[in-house]
Amino acid sequence: MKMKIVLAGNPNSGKTTLFNSLTGNNQHIGNWPGVTVEKKEGFIRSYKDITVIDLPGIYSLSPYSLEEVISRDYILNEKPDVIINIVDGSNLERNLYLTTQLIETGVPVVIAINMMDVIAKNKDIIKSSAISKMFNCPVVEITALKSQGSEQLIAAVIKIKEEGYTYHPVVWYSQEIEKLISEIAEEIKSKVDDDKKRWYAIKVFEKDEKALEDLNLDQLVSQNISAKIEAFEALKDDDSESLVTRERYAFINRFVDRVYLKNKIKTQSISYKIDKVLTNKYLGLPIFAIIIFLVYYLSISTVGGIMTDFVNDTIFGDNGLPALVNGWLASINAWPWLQGVLVEGIIGGVGAVLGFLPQMFVLFLLLGILEESGYMARIAFILDKIFKRFGLSGKSFFPMLMSTGCGIPGVMAARTIEEENNRKLMIMTTTFMPCGAKLPIIALIAGAMFRGSSIQWLIAPSAYLLGIAMIIISSIILKKFKGFAGKESPFIMELPDYHLPSVKGLAFHVYHKLKSFVKKAGTIILLASVIVWFLSNFSWSFVMISDPNQSILASAGKLIDVIFSPLGWGNWKATVATFTGLIAKENVVSTFGVLYGFAEVSESGAEIWTLLSVDFTPLSSYSFLVFNLICAPCIAAVATIKREMGSKKWTWIAIGFQTLMAYTISLIIFQVGSIFTGLFNGWSIIGIILLIILLYLIFRPNKYLNISK
Amino acid sequence: MMSSLDKAKIGSECIIVKVSGEKPIKRRLMDMGLIPGTRVFVKRLAPLGDPMEIMVRGTELTLRKADALNIMIEVIAEG
Repeated sequence: MKMKIVLAGNPNSGKTTLFNSLTGNNQHIGNWPGVTVEKKEGFIRSYKDITVIDLPGIYSLSPYSLEEVISRDYILNEKPDVIINIVDGSNLERNLYLTTQLIETGVPVVIAINMMDVIAKNKDIIKSSAISKMFNCPVVEITALKSQGSEQLIAAVIKIKEEGYTYHPVVWYSQEIEKLISEIAEEIKSKVDDDKKRWYAIKVFEKDEKALEDLNLDQLVSQNISAKIEAFEALKDDDSESLVTRERYAFINRFVDRVYLKNKIKTQSISYKIDKVLTNKYLGLPIFAIIIFLVYYLSISTVGGIMTDFVNDTIFGDNGLPALVNGWLASINAWPWLQGVLVEGIIGGVGAVLGFLPQMFVLFLLLGILEESGYMARIAFILDKIFKRFGLSGKSFFPMLMSTGCGIPGVMAARTIEEENNRKLMIMTTTFMPCGAKLPIIALIAGAMFRGSSIQWLIAPSAYLLGIAMIIISSIILKKFKGFAGKESPFIMELPDYHLPSVKGLAFHVYHKLKSFVKKAGTIILLASVIVWFLSNFSWSFVMISDPNQSILASAGKLIDVIFSPLGWGNWKATVATFTGLIAKENVVSTFGVLYGFAEVSESGAEIWTLLSVDFTPLSSYSFLVFNLICAPCIAAVATIKREMGSKKWTWIAIGFQTLMAYTISLIIFQVGSIFTGLFNGWSIIGIILLIILLYLIFRPNKYLNISK
Repeated sequence: MMSSLDKAKIGSECIIVKVSGEKPIKRRLMDMGLIPGTRVFVKRLAPLGDPMEIMVRGTELTLRKADALNIMIEVIAEG
């Protein structure tokens, strides 16, 4: 039987685990159209005609949060056959609060009570049959982590579809409210389906703006209704929305003691003991620092780093795959261009990206452990105060940390930030942190231009400070624009119980992240690598050339290098290096090497240090460094930004913003810096003006901030 | 004694009297179960002094003092 079912439930209720155990590998991960919210779709393993859509984790169906609006729009407009409402059995009250709202949508609901193993361990008792009566719908006990109860759950879903379903109200509000609801229902009955009538009537009573928009009532009718509601609100001294919320909880409270029998001898929970140490007033921050150091040390420096070096140097190194393919191509007398495009273009380009796979594997694994164990929420708890100042939340820390390894997991980690605007902001700015591939650029500039200088040691730390400063500045500036201002949402978050991550869950997490990464390397990066190889190895007459100075890329660089003159490095070599850096930032140093006539340079480009110091001054080289650190990241990261944004428009806004910031900051550094070397001209004035504009954007008052507080 | 939740001492037990604030904030607080009449236990502050961690309806929540300001409480047991 062809069916479409949705999974709905609170965050941390085990929804994703249930989705994975129902669908296995038969899932597709994308975004909800145009927003940064992940959409997962799949079909049930043994029932290929049952499609499952995983709705975002939500606490309510209010009109105020993006995730909740997406969920209710989908339920109301896409007409799923059944809602599976996953409920955390150890947290019944708040979970059933969502249930009261899901039932009101008129779509048949099957309740899946999860974490039955925890309930059993605590010696608590849940009376599912009583819950079933309370909500007038089937209830199945499951343990998603151990894939227990899935069969019964699917059977219940099929049964409800086969037997048909008629909606009966479950929560009856107080007489006065019910009277108003039925009056409203009478007024709107011509506008909505019968099974949705009560939902919309309640929403109108709540003065829910989204529902009122959908209904588009007569002015006279809506005035009449509002007058009644306002009179009622005045009588009760509270707004209608809150009155409904209170009665929903009251409904649950009336039943919960009868359906959930708590073990009286409550031992102090393990989570409580762990938290006493991990979020301790004095130990909390040091422990956090140690954990972060370990994540970084294991993934970037040691385990991940060693494996990445192995892939880069041994597999994709000169004696590895390239030599193998070269030898093979030579043995069959292949055309030289084919050899070039295969070895230098494809293997070189894709290899540079795939080389990061081991590092990302370790990073994702450790990140997954932190997330699933529940420590990630504590990090947000510990760090929130610092980030709050800049309009960000404690969860902004992780994307920044990841980006020091690689911008791709960094952008992906922005997913964990709750609010859409903050998420977008982090996706746009997290690549300002210097990633692993940018380190050679820093080494090159520090070595070539600041060697022996008293500030040489400062260059690398300044790159990290610049990254952090740029994220903070960008956040402050962007929050004052309408597109990011939006509704102020409170920071209120659940601290889930600690638990050991499951191997299965972790494997899933890592596998899916890596899969999308590899897919990108195989498609967009492959194509881009071939194009760049072509442009740098062919002349305008489409003849393959050996001198890179005659390539299409070089002549294009000579044509547009004037763009970068105001930044102090308007020479074509630097221009071309910057552009090849868009393919992969490792290319910047190697391109310099090729353009200065070296076939091969070491990672820090020591061979070209002297040559470079002819074309740059220390100031212009620093401006070059700054531009390359904060301009648009490599194509792979841009592709990730596009995936996470879920919108072309926002991808372009992100790239545009990054490039604009890079250009402005570099210009200010070079032109204002030049004044101190005794140079003053028209550009100095432009530099000063840009600096003033930047300062204005940072310090101007925020007109979108709530003044009421 | 009435006060707002952000001023409650660590270890104290309170009952929510009133929730106010702009609609989205008020609704979100109430959606999380912070309803008048609900018992709240103040567990701890983050190492830097904000946000705070509270226990409500058997679960642990963390919220900023700036948001807790919207929740009026009556202390029933001092910490």
